[in-house]
Amino acid sequence: MTLNQLTAHEAVNLIKKKRITAYEIMQDIFNQIDKVDNLIKAFLVINREEALKQAKEIDKKVKNGEKLPPLAGVAVAIKDIITTKGLETTCGSKILKGFIPPYNATVINRLREAGAIIIGKTNMDEFAMGSSTENSAFGPTYNPWDLERVPGGSSGGSSAAVAADETFVALGTDTGGSIRQPASLCGMVGLKPTYGRVSRYGLVAYASSLDQIGPIAKDVTDCALVMKVISGHDNMDSTSVNLEVPDYLKSCQEGIKDLKVGVPKEYFIEGIDPEVKGALDKALKTFEKLGAKIEEASLPHTEYSLPTYYLIATAEASSNLARYDGVQYGYRAEEYENLSSMYQKTRSEGFGREVKRRIMLGTYALSSGYYDAYYLKAQKVRTLIKEDFDKVFRKYDILITPTSPTPAFKLNEKVSDPLTMYLSDIYTIPINLAGIPAISLNCGYSKSNLPIGLQIIGKHFSEETILRAAFNFEQNNGVEKKKPSIKPAKHKEAKK
Amino acid sequence: MTEKIITKKEVEYVAELSKLEFNEEEKEEFTSQLNSILDYFKKLDELDTEKVEPTAYVISMPNLMNEDKVKPSLPREEVLSNSKYIKKGYFKVPKIM
Repeated sequence: MTLNQLTAHEAVNLIKKKRITAYEIMQDIFNQIDKVDNLIKAFLVINREEALKQAKEIDKKVKNGEKLPPLAGVAVAIKDIITTKGLETTCGSKILKGFIPPYNATVINRLREAGAIIIGKTNMDEFAMGSSTENSAFGPTYNPWDLERVPGGSSGGSSAAVAADETFVALGTDTGGSIRQPASLCGMVGLKPTYGRVSRYGLVAYASSLDQIGPIAKDVTDCALVMKVISGHDNMDSTSVNLEVPDYLKSCQEGIKDLKVGVPKEYFIEGIDPEVKGALDKALKTFEKLGAKIEEASLPHTEYSLPTYYLIATAEASSNLARYDGVQYGYRAEEYENLSSMYQKTRSEGFGREVKRRIMLGTYALSSGYYDAYYLKAQKVRTLIKEDFDKVFRKYDILITPTSPTPAFKLNEKVSDPLTMYLSDIYTIPINLAGIPAISLNCGYSKSNLPIGLQIIGKHFSEETILRAAFNFEQNNGVEKKKPSIKPAKHKEAKK
Repeated sequence: MTEKIITKKEVEYVAELSKLEFNEEEKEEFTSQLNSILDYFKKLDELDTEKVEPTAYVISMPNLMNEDKVKPSLPREEVLSNSKYIKKGYFKVPKIM
């Protein structure tokens, strides 16, 4: 076994006990990246020199007997939509190629203060718009479990990197499922925090009322560890909430006999893969065995979530992405006649297809004469969707659903039909609209050895409860923990 | 699909608003795709929302203001360092007037 295969909490403990050094760990991490990332293509930028230097600093602290911070020596990969000072940040877009942020996102500063080491930036759907990482301007990322399949998206690079043991943990962002769906498709643990739990300062905005940063990890413990570090109020983000951050790890140790679980019937609809449903049924039995009380629940407005989400998200995106005009940073077209044509040519050459489609949709929904029919209507339906959740959470502590209707799908399978692609986020989107937290973790494998994920949803600021439920399930579900075997031969064939 | 919700002409107008330009083939493709997406969005019309308040942000919070105090900002050179089009400490754009 190589050190990169450890979990973050195992690595920190071994460093503290002086059994291994942070430098040795970092070497194994970069060896793995050198070995497999030409097949996975999870990374856009690798921060090797700086990371090795920081590992040596951790080792010096150990040698001097200094107190170590909670993530000392932990390798973290960062989705390329979070600004990192001095390290290129592209959002998977040609329009930001070469952009070197002059400042760190708040989450980056918090990770660094906690001793974590940023090892690189990960691939993603352009501006987080997509569910497969195929919309990256720099080419797709491949799923470590089957290189002919997508890792999910938009945080596909982050998720694939964790699954392929190229990093211990990663940060992703989730606007409609972009942490949970790729975590599910890659067999990892991914948490979307409550809106306002984690600062968005330095997160390049896609849909500001929905975006949240969260961790992707190999197990629930690592997820809780990172959550503790990145959560909390920040003066730089007026939507970040000033609430105490609980000790997520501690609460995991308690049982779940007290939990009332609702299973929303609207989530088991036509189109759900029978293997996903089978794995879910089995998982629910585990929860029952652990003492949780399970009942069928109802979220009657579920079927309206997708159109509501795409109207709100694209409207916000059309406004947020107006800043890419070629003036202050990023790409500028070479040839143009005047200022207006400079904007047009820059944006037309710089943005990819899906981004243009969403800007167009959002601009249309906000345009004069259509605002009430589309945007305002969607905001009203958002209220109804949120009220559905308010109601069920009066009766239940958590909800359990599948994370994605199917395991990982093949590359190019859904690219040509945007609506079909949008449907792969059907179980994750309502959670963003309600602003509540949800975690996805593995609950089994399909016959063709693809991971299947389940989603645990909680009320606002109940990260403690969903992490506790996830931890108890993880420790007792009897599903054998597998690692993907990354097979290059198949991949080459697929590329022909 | 029964009727067109958005015409090619409207697509051209929205493109203008979005500061995007498309060739003929792209215009056709966008018109057809936007039509099927908007057609799907019609589903929301099934709901009577007349008495429903819109939600913009899910966590209701008072407006938070930072103190009105001058703090150090990023150095000018750093801010300008991401553009090739700099003249005398300013961003250079084509002539406007």
